[in-house]
Formats: sequence, structure tokens, C-alpha cells
Amino acid sequence: MGTNRFNNFTEYGIGIGLRQPHYDHILSRKPVVDWFEIISENFMIDGGRPLQILDQILEQYKVVQHGVSMYFGSAERPNREHLRRLKELVKRTKTPWLSDHLCWGSVDGRYTHDLLPMPYTFEAAKLTAQKVREVRDYLEVPIAVENVSSYAEYHVSEMTEWEFLNEVVERADCGILLDVNNIYVSSQNHSFDPFIYVNGVPAERVAQIHIAGHSKYRKYILDTHDHPVIDPVWKLYERAIQRAGHTATLLEWDDSIPSFKEVHNEALKANRFLAATALATAV
Amino acid sequence: MKLLELQRTMARAVMQPLTFTERMQRTAPDGQPMRAYAARFIKPNDRLTSFERLEIYNRQYWFRLLSSMVEDFPGLRAVLGAARFEAMSKAYITDCPSRSFTLRNLGSQLESWLHKNPRWAGKKQALALDIVKLEWAEIEAFDGQAESPLRPEDLSANAGANLRLRLQPYIQLLSLRYPADDLLLEIKNTSDENEVASNAFQERRKRKRVQTVAKLKPAAIALAVHRIDNSVYFRRLEPEEFALLTELKQGRTLQKAVAHAFIETKVPPQELPALVQRWFHNWAALGWFCQPDQKTEISPRSTDPMNRKPTGAGRKRKIV
Repeated sequence: MGTNRFNNFTEYGIGIGLRQPHYDHILSRKPVVDWFEIISENFMIDGGRPLQILDQILEQYKVVQHGVSMYFGSAERPNREHLRRLKELVKRTKTPWLSDHLCWGSVDGRYTHDLLPMPYTFEAAKLTAQKVREVRDYLEVPIAVENVSSYAEYHVSEMTEWEFLNEVVERADCGILLDVNNIYVSSQNHSFDPFIYVNGVPAERVAQIHIAGHSKYRKYILDTHDHPVIDPVWKLYERAIQRAGHTATLLEWDDSIPSFKEVHNEALKANRFLAATALATAV
Repeated sequence: MKLLELQRTMARAVMQPLTFTERMQRTAPDGQPMRAYAARFIKPNDRLTSFERLEIYNRQYWFRLLSSMVEDFPGLRAVLGAARFEAMSKAYITDCPSRSFTLRNLGSQLESWLHKNPRWAGKKQALALDIVKLEWAEIEAFDGQAESPLRPEDLSANAGANLRLRLQPYIQLLSLRYPADDLLLEIKNTSDENEVASNAFQERRKRKRVQTVAKLKPAAIALAVHRIDNSVYFRRLEPEEFALLTELKQGRTLQKAVAHAFIETKVPPQELPALVQRWFHNWAALGWFCQPDQKTEISPRSTDPMNRKPTGAGRKRKIV
């Protein structure tokens, strides 16, 4: 049993992102890993090696799909070809839930291939929630939306980012993939208290948590997924777990990727927070 | 500002090319100063102006898409040179922005675009077009659909004049004016070695690569870009072999395909039956023909020294 209705998969403990440099290690050494997260778009293809590798992984591991280009917040309708291919992949992986970002990235059929921040308006929340529902109904799988890192804010915004997130997930009745690294990055870029964000999110909707590293520049922080998780992000993770209970957790490491062992060990650091939360709940 | 208007306004700025020094342009797409354009919809903060915040996204867009072009077209980059390739990529992306949810398709229009914009390749236009064709075929062959292959024994049992054979969807047939396969293999081998080489070694390799491109003479070739055990290979084809496969791919019956393929052949008639039989045996052994109306992925069963692999460990694909 999960601790909320959106994180019912408590056997999904700590996972890591499935990345190409680790394929050989995973397939030859078969390390014990709770689950892998795949980038859906890398496998929304017709055949070849990526699908062969995926099938081999699926024989031995649990896999959850994470997308990067559904763009729930784009003002245009979902791309039908994208949805068709995504549904084929959902059937293949039998992913228990599917996540993508609370952002936009395409307009008039042109794709930026970036996770662009939303204007936090009621109009945008309504449209985004409608799109989440549409995608969920078509794919027939629970959806969790992920908060993104951002480097810009809009004049038209009518609420905070976490209020906007709440507005969308309540309207869509969907889960949240809470990325505590993204909260930290945005809090530094926009000067807000990240704990207010974590405390302001509806804990009963947190289906999954992302942790990651980032890069600090002189005037801003960039979400690069190329470093270990820093202590302030672990503290946010601890708070998120205290509120949401035992939740599937995933470490993202997408650039300057070290050995499988190093990535996995970094992810397993989350165990100490999960154990403490379990103990506190039991007491 | 409504959502759609805001997204169009921001996308126009994000997708506008960077300056020579890789900064955001001072003039916005609508001709007004970019500072005023950005300030219209983006808030400044205590460290960054609206312009600077927008610039982060503008730079990320171009860095991401340009690195995708470098990853997908190392051969064209070697032919044009790094600086010209980058300038060409910027012009291409400006004219043909991505219309797909995946960066895998970013280069899908490059051949036709380059054909209409010959100034980028100049005297190397024919070679550049050949290498783009080959590199795009490699992408298509890497993750194209594979169906259950017909086995050699199925082929002999089903052989008949009106038989229509279907080629595996992932197979790409190319007719090129240059031996671009040799060039691409040389470039990829050089790149693989560069990963562990010293600077001096890399410089020598770079010179060698430039010389290889400069020395390459036109020599028409026909090529199949295909897969064995999900790794991509290039296989040279005889002109008649290429013609026959092309006819079959277009859906002609076996009889018509053979008749068309050998119209201009210099192969003595008495040698044709044995030659065709050998080709069909090889193609079937490579799993190039599909079972009718089955869509299960099965790897081809045999290998052949004529098949040359373009990369060391099969093609890698990027995260979109």
C-alpha cells in the first residue's frame, strides 16, 4: 500500500535513469536495482538496437517511462503521432505510471526541444490540465507532472509556481513528480524559500521524486544533471519524504556520466532518508 | 498577454540565431531592440535583466540543436570543415526548424535543403549531398522497423515469376557519385581514435582527414545500408544488383524486376541465372526479405565480410 493514492507502487524504491554508457554493465553484471526510468522518446522508434536493449532490460527490471516532449503546457493540441508512438511504448513497457514536464516547448508545430517555463496564469492552468486529462485518457495510464527548473519569470503570472502546480494537478486529478533539485535550482534563480514550495505541494499527490545535481554559475544555477546531489537538495528530499511518505525516488544523471556504480551509490544515499521516514511512521 | 501569444513571442526570440560570439542578438525578430522585446514579457531579477534571462534559453536552444547536428552528420562536418558546417547548420535550422517531438528527425530535410542551397558546399556539393544521403540513411537503418525475415528455403519454395518480395523496411538503397562509404568509415575511425589520443596525434589525424576528403575522386557506387544483429553496415552492390533491389522495393513482381534490372547489363546472358541465384541467396541469408504481413522483430542470421560496419559498437542515439 502506498502512503497516498498516487504512490501506490511502494516496491519501486530507488531507481536510476537508464543511460547508454551503462547498457553493457547492466546487461552483463545484472546489478540489483529497484527500477529504471527511461526517456520515452529514445524508444519511440520502429526497431533496432534501442528496442532490443529495452526488451532485455524489461526481462529483468521494472521500468517507468519519463517523457521530455509532451509539453502539457503548449497552447497547441497534442501531436497525434507522438501519442500513437507513446502508447505503443506504454504497451511494451507496461509502465505503472508515466511522467512528463509541466512546461511548454513547441508552438505552431515548431519544437524548441527545451523545457520552457509556464506563465502561472489560470488560463494556462486550465489548458494544461485539460491536456493532461486528454493524454491520460488516450494512454490509459496514470500521469504525473514534473516541476521544471527555470531561469525566467513572466509579468503575466498570477500565482507562485507551486500554486500553479497545485491548480493544474487538482484540475487534472493527476499525480506529481516532485523534482526537489528543480525546486532548489528555481529557488536560487528566483529568490524564494524552497521549503515553502515543498510544504506547499499537495503531499497526497506526490507519485515520484527526482533528485539530481546541477551547475552553479555566477548569476544563476543551471539544471545540468552532471554532478552529485548537494546537501541542500537532500534536505529538501528529506522534507518531501516526511510529507509524502515512502515514494519512488529516482536519481537523474545525464551528462558527464560516471560509472554505473558511482551513479547507483549516489542514488542509494536516498535510503537513509527513506529509512528514517519509515521509522518515524512506525513509531 | 494570452498563452498562445506569449509562447509565440518567446519562441521567436529563442529560435532567433545567436551572434558570432554566441550571444543573443540585440535586435528582436520584430525589428525592435531585443531589450525592450524581452522586457515586454519577462521579469528581471536582482542579478539578471529580462534580456539576460531570455538569452539563457536562446543559447540553450542553439547549443542543443547544433550539437545534435554534429552528432548526426560527422561526415558532412569533415567535408565542409567545422566552421562552415556550423554556419550551414545554423542556416538549415533557421530555414527548417524541428517539427518533430524527437531530435532524431532534425536532419530529415537536410539533403533537400542542401540541394536548394548549394553555396554552403560550393565545389564539394556533389560529395556533400552524397555524404548527407549516407548519414541520413544510417539513421534510418539504425532504428527502422524489422520484420520476420524470409529464410533461403522459404524463398526457393515460393519462387515464381509473379512473386512480390518485400524488402525489410530498415534497408536503405543508395546510388552515390562518390565512394562516400569509404570516407565516412575513415572519419568515424579517426573520431574513435581521437577519443583517447593526444593533441599532437589529433592534429595529425585532422590533417589526414582533410587530405582524405581532398583526395576523394568521383566514382559511382551503389550501396545498401542495412543491419546485422542491430548494428548498421554498408554493403556495396553491383549496378544490376542495386537496380533489382530497387525494383523489388518498388513492389514489382520478380519477373518484371529482373527484366528491368538487366536492360542495360553487360553481364553475359548465360551467367545471369547463376548470378541472380547467388544474389538472392545472399540477400535471404542477410534477412533482407520479409515474411508477408508479419511484424515480429527477428535478427538476420548470417554475416558476410562484404558488410562493413560504420561504427565500432553500433550507432549510439542521443537523448532527445
